[in-house]
Amino acid sequence: MELKDKLISSFLAFEEACDVDSDIHNLRCEAIKEFETMGFPSKKQEAWKYTSLNSVLKYDYSVFPKKEDAIEYRDIKKYLIHDIDTYNLIFIDGIFSSHLSQTTHDKIDVCLMSSAMAKPKYKGIIDQYFNKIVSKENGFNSLNTAFAREGAFIHIPKNIAANKPVQIINFATGNESALMIQPRNLIVVEENAQIQIIERHQSLTDHPVLTNSVTEIFAAKRATVDYYKIQNDRPSASLIDNTFIDQKDDSNCSMHTFSFGGKLTRNNLNFYQRGEHIDSTLKGITIIEDKQHVDHNTLVHHIFPNCESHQDYKGIFAEKSTGVFNGKIVVEKEAQKINAFQSNNNILLDDSATINSKPQLEIFADDVKCSHGCTIGQLDEDSLFYLRSRGIPLKEAKALLMYAFANNVLESVKIPEIKKRITHQIALKLGVSLGFDL
Amino acid sequence: MLKIKDLHATIEDKEILKGINLEINAGEVHAIMGPNGSGKSTLSSVIAGKEEFEMTQGEIVFEGEDLTELDPEERAHRGIFLSFQYPVEIPGVSVTNFMKASINAHRKSQGQDDMPANEMLKLIREKSELLEIDRKFLSRSLNQGFSGGEKKRNEIFQMAMLNPKLAILDETDSGLDIDALKVVAKGVNKLRSADNAVLLITHYQRLLDYIIPDVVHVMVDGQIVKSGGKELAHELEERGYDWLRPENAI
Repeated sequence: MELKDKLISSFLAFEEACDVDSDIHNLRCEAIKEFETMGFPSKKQEAWKYTSLNSVLKYDYSVFPKKEDAIEYRDIKKYLIHDIDTYNLIFIDGIFSSHLSQTTHDKIDVCLMSSAMAKPKYKGIIDQYFNKIVSKENGFNSLNTAFAREGAFIHIPKNIAANKPVQIINFATGNESALMIQPRNLIVVEENAQIQIIERHQSLTDHPVLTNSVTEIFAAKRATVDYYKIQNDRPSASLIDNTFIDQKDDSNCSMHTFSFGGKLTRNNLNFYQRGEHIDSTLKGITIIEDKQHVDHNTLVHHIFPNCESHQDYKGIFAEKSTGVFNGKIVVEKEAQKINAFQSNNNILLDDSATINSKPQLEIFADDVKCSHGCTIGQLDEDSLFYLRSRGIPLKEAKALLMYAFANNVLESVKIPEIKKRITHQIALKLGVSLGFDL
Repeated sequence: MLKIKDLHATIEDKEILKGINLEINAGEVHAIMGPNGSGKSTLSSVIAGKEEFEMTQGEIVFEGEDLTELDPEERAHRGIFLSFQYPVEIPGVSVTNFMKASINAHRKSQGQDDMPANEMLKLIREKSELLEIDRKFLSRSLNQGFSGGEKKRNEIFQMAMLNPKLAILDETDSGLDIDALKVVAKGVNKLRSADNAVLLITHYQRLLDYIIPDVVHVMVDGQIVKSGGKELAHELEERGYDWLRPENAI
């Protein structure tokens, strides 16, 4: 059976475990119909021109995993930013792991989507925010909504800054021969509230895993959201990551995406600026090799005047890896005095590596500053010679230059432990010891 | 220490060096002067091992070893240092960390462990004081946003840190005001000893007032056309280079 058909027929079984009288279930039923109509995206669609899903959709994925696996903290510690105190939402094969997690309802809510959906206390928030900004442009989003049941639910009330970051980590154990996971996250940050979030998807074996994740983030007036996605999965795991961010007046949201591994990674990152004096930051470092594929598909929608957006994506591609950057900026007619910056710089280390970079600017206002730049190149020979003339061997010299190339993306990382971790990952990725701690 | 015999080098099939002969002994300071485009910088790059240039003829022997097949880093490990005319900017890597990487790479090539942190700190303090470099400067990203003078001073700081046997200073004086020039000269003079040598590449004799050369060579069109004592530099300053061009030779 085709994966699409399998998923549609699985929906009936899924329903049996759901509260079919809830409003959410009506949304699920609509969504499965949408998915039935749309199916999975194909290369014929402009937005998927450079990303073929054939190698990912060919597996017979299980949709319902078996019960939670006995995973101990020591098995997963290395995937966490463990040297700082955080709230942790840990899911194993899509199922919440209470013994590995640390949730809270003290002033803020950091808990499970399934429990938020079930408790009357959260009905107001769910009704107001759930599935309100998810695009219906591709079947993945509808598919996720149809099966939406588990994920992270984070609510930060007015004037509260969360006292520590939240880590959301989805592990796949590989108990199934092939597994599809569909986390659904809802993050609501009220007026003048603040939160930092770290998200990761991690497979623990070599069985195929496909994660189709949807995250909705709402940042009210003067709210601050500082979000980090760490993508360094195994070569058998693929990720379709769909993130939608709604910002109101004077809010500040930043998203850093670090893509170092996985078979196929597609990041659909959408910012909607619904207010004035909004600041949006989208940054990424991609370093991949072998036959890995990372596709960044961004949208910044400037709807109101006096806002800014900053996009900076760096990519280093080795061997037969492929990258895509498709950055769309829309500035509506009313959105005057906008500053929108976009930059995408890439280094191809081998002739066999590929990057497709495509800026898309649709500007309907006349008093705006928009700049975009895209470069594709190799490492600078003069710079390499300089480092080598100081006794630094070729491999290390290349690594240093790549680090320097990616560095300005790291400069805006506000959690030092993440910066340290990413720097270490870069060095590891490049297979060198740099002779000092960066 | 350094023996260059009949060196020819090309870039993209264009011959830049057309038979260079040069011998530098330990303890000596040589200066190469010459007009723009005469091949001075090419010579320094070729000695340091820049792969863009192809040696088509001749040999470069350093302390009895033929350098031809050695990579730039291997030449550095043997004690050759090139101070660049245009140093490269490395964002995110501080001057201190860069020096650690460089020094530890040198030590690794000699089979030694990394330099202990306290020793490194002491060395950095000593050499930065010698070159009147502010501590804050050392934590800045390498060459990023540095003024021309700061870049050159940083090159000499690196030289002092690495203590090379042969230091090649390519146009180190360009872009320096007189005070900075004196500081740089002090750093170079401090390095001079009976065991090492300096090769200065320069347009002007100004630098040679502060670093007194033993031998001055004049390079024109890829060849050394005249060599002499330090007084040759003054003569060049007065008469220019035209009288030395091969076509003007009597």
